[in-house]
Amino acid sequence: MRRAERHGIVRPRTLSTRIFRIGLFVILGLFVIYYLMPLIVMISTSLKSLEEIRTGSLISLPDAVTFEPWQKAWASACVGVRCVGLSPYMWNSVAMVVPAVILSTFLGSINGYALTKWRFPGANAVFVLMLFGAFIPFQVVLLPMARTLGVLGLAGTVTGLVLVHTVYGLAFTTLFFRNFFISVPNGIVQAARIDGAGFFGIYFRILLPMAPPAFVVTIIWQFTQIWNDFLFGVAFTASFSNPVTVALNNLVASSTGVKEYNVDMAAAIIAGLPTLLVYIIAGNYFLRGLSAGALKG
Amino acid sequence: MHALTGSVSLRQRFERWLPRIVVTPSFAASLFFVYGFIAWTFYISFTKSGVLPNYDFAGLVQYERLWDTPRWYVALKNLVIFSTLFIVGCTVIGLFLAILLDQRIRVEGAIRTIYLYPMALSFIVTGTAWKWILNPGLGIEHTVRGWGFESFTFDWLVDRNLAIYTIVIAGIWQSSGYVMALFLAGLRSVDDELLKAAAVDGAGPWRTYTSIVLPLMRPIFFSAFVVLAHLSIKSFDLVVALTGGGPGYATDMPATFMYAFAFQRSELGVAAASAIMMLATVLAVVVPYLYSELREERR
Repeated sequence: MRRAERHGIVRPRTLSTRIFRIGLFVILGLFVIYYLMPLIVMISTSLKSLEEIRTGSLISLPDAVTFEPWQKAWASACVGVRCVGLSPYMWNSVAMVVPAVILSTFLGSINGYALTKWRFPGANAVFVLMLFGAFIPFQVVLLPMARTLGVLGLAGTVTGLVLVHTVYGLAFTTLFFRNFFISVPNGIVQAARIDGAGFFGIYFRILLPMAPPAFVVTIIWQFTQIWNDFLFGVAFTASFSNPVTVALNNLVASSTGVKEYNVDMAAAIIAGLPTLLVYIIAGNYFLRGLSAGALKG
Repeated sequence: MHALTGSVSLRQRFERWLPRIVVTPSFAASLFFVYGFIAWTFYISFTKSGVLPNYDFAGLVQYERLWDTPRWYVALKNLVIFSTLFIVGCTVIGLFLAILLDQRIRVEGAIRTIYLYPMALSFIVTGTAWKWILNPGLGIEHTVRGWGFESFTFDWLVDRNLAIYTIVIAGIWQSSGYVMALFLAGLRSVDDELLKAAAVDGAGPWRTYTSIVLPLMRPIFFSAFVVLAHLSIKSFDLVVALTGGGPGYATDMPATFMYAFAFQRSELGVAAASAIMMLATVLAVVVPYLYSELREERR
């Protein structure tokens, strides 16, 4: 008691600060466990045999690691009645995400440039009208979109999904590039115009070399959003053209025979791996997209 | 430029129109796919459309049917429960974690990355794990019983009245890290001089936060509210992955209700009416926010 008192008098800040810091790390650590738990459960379950899942518990680590569930999830698990694993659907997602990201990012950058550096009358109204598209709940366009895709002959195709994601991605990409280009001094553009540079000359030779960070943020954001999309995928594709999120949902929901939880978990990790890797590699860019595009439909 | 206006060549005239020409495809797409489509859905909600669209105006029939459907009330009630708890839960946890992380933590970057990763993954993916954790026969209940607490029950996922709260738990898990990031950015922008002045005046940490820092966070509370309200109105993946709207339709929300009526039951009119109700709700939240944001920008 006396010692504690003396200690407290001699170095009051150090002791209370130390207790405070320990408490801080304990709480932060508990939250780390809370956020990581589903991921850990997924990984550890995907490496267990069905027998071990039945006898073991949620958080126990696998005794004998097996990669069989991963193989099965990739190549032979049943999605509906089709037992070919997730791999064809992964390719559907790739075929959807690559053109949709390129198109929406490129168009958005041109729009952002034209709307800020060549402010024609009505440019602001055009921007505000386009921006609105980022906030609507997509339920309000599902029915007419389904009919339009039918009329265009794109119903149930990956091409149709590319169109959908490009169109509804434009609002965000335009917003982001507009906000980026608006901070570029107009003087540079004016000087180039006096030197006789045209619209595309200025874009390709002056603005584009300045914009790699904006491109990285937009590409990462669009990639994550489009890869993770479920609503458009489930509404507009048929079984052969399903993106991987829809296929995963069908795989987990289809319950013929014994439920293979380890295969479900492996399939979920496979479907989430591309966006997870992008996030781990380029998390800071993702965060910047998040603060700009959190309200996206 | 002005000196040259006397000799406007064809090329220059084209150059002057080029910005407009370049924006036109995107603008036209937005007019057609956003405004045109909303108009179409709006009109369909005033017709007798069933399996196929019908273009004869029929007044408020579909809205009357919608508001006579018990399932719609379930969806609305769930939306109220979910959005209230989701918004409060995410804001409290997000703010709390942001304040903790703002205490000069050495591994802040790594911790922040972990708190935020759920936002980078589709809930269809992480929902697979949550479904398993919450499943009475396999997850938490099974595990705790394995520790010897034989009478422990945690079967909310399959309980008609409690299943919606499992969606709240998973929703907060997914989005609270994002709110943390919002608040952390806000806390970082607080002027150090202000905090030093407070310390000189003898204000402790509690007082500094409650009377200086938190009032400065008002705009962030506002954006967090708008973002979270918007997210909760659109919640679709969360419900589909976790409960599929079940048991029965006990965890239906407006987004899943609309989907079920549009694509499973083929009642286009009711589906359109419910979509318009969703749009109206989103607008009520987002328009004041956008208005204040754009006005701020103009200043």
